[in-house]
Amino acid sequence: MTDKSDLPLIIEEPAETILLKPSKGWISLNLKDLWRFRELAFFLTWRDIKVRYKQTILGAAWAIIQPLLQMVVFTFLFNRIGQISTGDVPEELFSFAALLPWNLFQKALQDASRSLVSNRSMITKVYFPRMLVPFSTVLSGIVDFAIGFVILMLMMAYFGFPLTTAIWSVPLFLTMALITALGVGLWLSAINLHYRDVGYFLPFLTQLWMFITPIAYPLSEVTETLLGGSTQYLYLFYLNPMVAVVEGFRSTLLGTPFPGWDVIGIGVGMSIFILISGLFYFRRMERTFADMV
Amino acid sequence: MSEYSIQVENIGKRYRIGVESNDSPTLRDALTNLGRLPKKLLRGELRLPKEYIWALRDISFNVKKGQVLGIIGGNGAGKSTLLKLLSRVTEPTEGFAKVTGRVGALLEVGTGFHPELSGRENIYLNGAVLGMKRKEIITKFDEIVDFSGVGKFIDTPVKRYSSGMYLRLAFSVAAHLEPDILVVDEVLAVGDAEFQRKCLGKMNEVAQQGRTVLFVSHDMSAILRLTEEAIVLEKGKVTFRDITSKAVDHYMASGYSQSGERIWRPDEVPATAAPFKPLALRILNEQGIVNNNMRSSEPINVEFEYELSEALQGLRLGIYLLTSRGEFVFTSFDTDSQQNYEKFGMRNEGKYMSRCQIPADLLNEGQFILGVNASSYRVKRYFHDDHTLSFSVDGSGAPGKQWAESRLGPIRPDLNWQIKEF
Repeated sequence: MTDKSDLPLIIEEPAETILLKPSKGWISLNLKDLWRFRELAFFLTWRDIKVRYKQTILGAAWAIIQPLLQMVVFTFLFNRIGQISTGDVPEELFSFAALLPWNLFQKALQDASRSLVSNRSMITKVYFPRMLVPFSTVLSGIVDFAIGFVILMLMMAYFGFPLTTAIWSVPLFLTMALITALGVGLWLSAINLHYRDVGYFLPFLTQLWMFITPIAYPLSEVTETLLGGSTQYLYLFYLNPMVAVVEGFRSTLLGTPFPGWDVIGIGVGMSIFILISGLFYFRRMERTFADMV
Repeated sequence: MSEYSIQVENIGKRYRIGVESNDSPTLRDALTNLGRLPKKLLRGELRLPKEYIWALRDISFNVKKGQVLGIIGGNGAGKSTLLKLLSRVTEPTEGFAKVTGRVGALLEVGTGFHPELSGRENIYLNGAVLGMKRKEIITKFDEIVDFSGVGKFIDTPVKRYSSGMYLRLAFSVAAHLEPDILVVDEVLAVGDAEFQRKCLGKMNEVAQQGRTVLFVSHDMSAILRLTEEAIVLEKGKVTFRDITSKAVDHYMASGYSQSGERIWRPDEVPATAAPFKPLALRILNEQGIVNNNMRSSEPINVEFEYELSEALQGLRLGIYLLTSRGEFVFTSFDTDSQQNYEKFGMRNEGKYMSRCQIPADLLNEGQFILGVNASSYRVKRYFHDDHTLSFSVDGSGAPGKQWAESRLGPIRPDLNWQIKEF
């Protein structure tokens, strides 16, 4: 044996015995391993952020250009042609404030769903909790959001919308968007390994999802125009957690009508449900990942 | 605490193979399948029907703490699967294994490297992927860069590296991982000789530090140098375990033709060999009987039959003789002699046999391997196989056999000693 002083860097965790055996049925989430590999999660997120705009001319400017162009299109389509009223809020600001959390969600969902397949070389060669892969892709979108958020602040200043103390709730709505994206991403990334159909289904899913989310129109429009004032089916609409996220986010910053605690409550419940079901499904499928890719 | 680092009990791994037949031939079937989809997804069931193959079955063995164990076996014997199981990349289908201590797996060099990132960034990323802590990487950073020799290119994206630099950097990160158990797959198969030497040196160092090492390689000399003990895997089973030299002998002797004859079926010959086509290689004893047990005191006849589908210029047929450790004993060609060289400068199409004799009192006792080669010098190597068949040589009656000791070296020639007194 070598003198310990030669090896100052061995992390002196007591040698732990791991039992490798076939796992059966629904298995635990193994949070202990997730914690132990937290640094890897950080590095993977950091990698995704670093390489996101490599080999582009405009670089991180895309984080601004993309939502701005979307904003122009949305305003034109929905508010000019579609004649949807956005109340006291300027139309541009109205859709831009919704596009920010929506884009964060959409990007997170798409990246997470593809994450396992695109990291398959790692999955077949080295052990780590596979959950870190979709998890870190979801987090990497925050940088884009932060850049867009600065633009939103500037726009608000321009249009004369003051910041209120309600801004504290912004991180909560973001967390909700990310939790939902991660939950769906966990499901889809695991399925994607077996069935690449997910790749074709995904653009369709996000597009559809965007239309049922009140981005260019206010939530009140749904009640009035679509359901003719009846609230019977409105709760179905609320099952989409992004309704609460977008409406809540906008209301906090721009003072549009608060969506109501029932909307927030249903949204939070759904997002947590999606996340937990995704976590367990992912863990269940995890054992076959290295054999499938 | 247990004296073992690794205890494997009846472990088995099953893979699904083949493609699904009958997959949604009609729209109606497709829709029926679609209806069953949610249930299938939830159960984690894949497409039916399934065909399975056991990559490993009933494997049991232990590895003591600080032991360096080699794993040898042919392609498809299950070596890589075993390493994947032990490094937790994949789960066993049955049985279990107990692994004590941090496992560092080198199943591939450069896992997680991203081409767009710089060398520096990739060191951090790759280190984290391999299970190193950030602090650990920071402290070892300079050492890693030094070992890799990429020096001033450390801030260049690795996509601009030469493949050699890329490999050196990747291995360097892995080499500075300090696990309790190091699991190494065929990483040495890549890279130049210098790089391989460096890798072996580093692994030797790890072994000297009293860590447990599992080492898989096709390079028998590396296995012999680095490991004390080895297991032989054949068709997913452990068939042999002994000190490395014996395990290597066992492995090299098994799997090849045992009959003293190798006949090639047409489908076994690669298309690139055309117009050359090997038919049979056999060894015969002095009585002309095909056998794989030869006597050192008798000559060994070697016959190689082959066919040419068109005339060839400058063709030469050769045999290799190797020891069971994979070291070459000699190489010889049928047109080595000036006479044959001139006469067979051109060979017309047709069937041929080239034969030669390995003289008596040349080979030492032990296992030998015969290989063949058909080539035109500096033009093309038509066919090549350096493990065609194996045979054993019995030393009885060889010079010096009055002493029972075994002699070093692959040959024990009769050197016609003269002793004079003056």
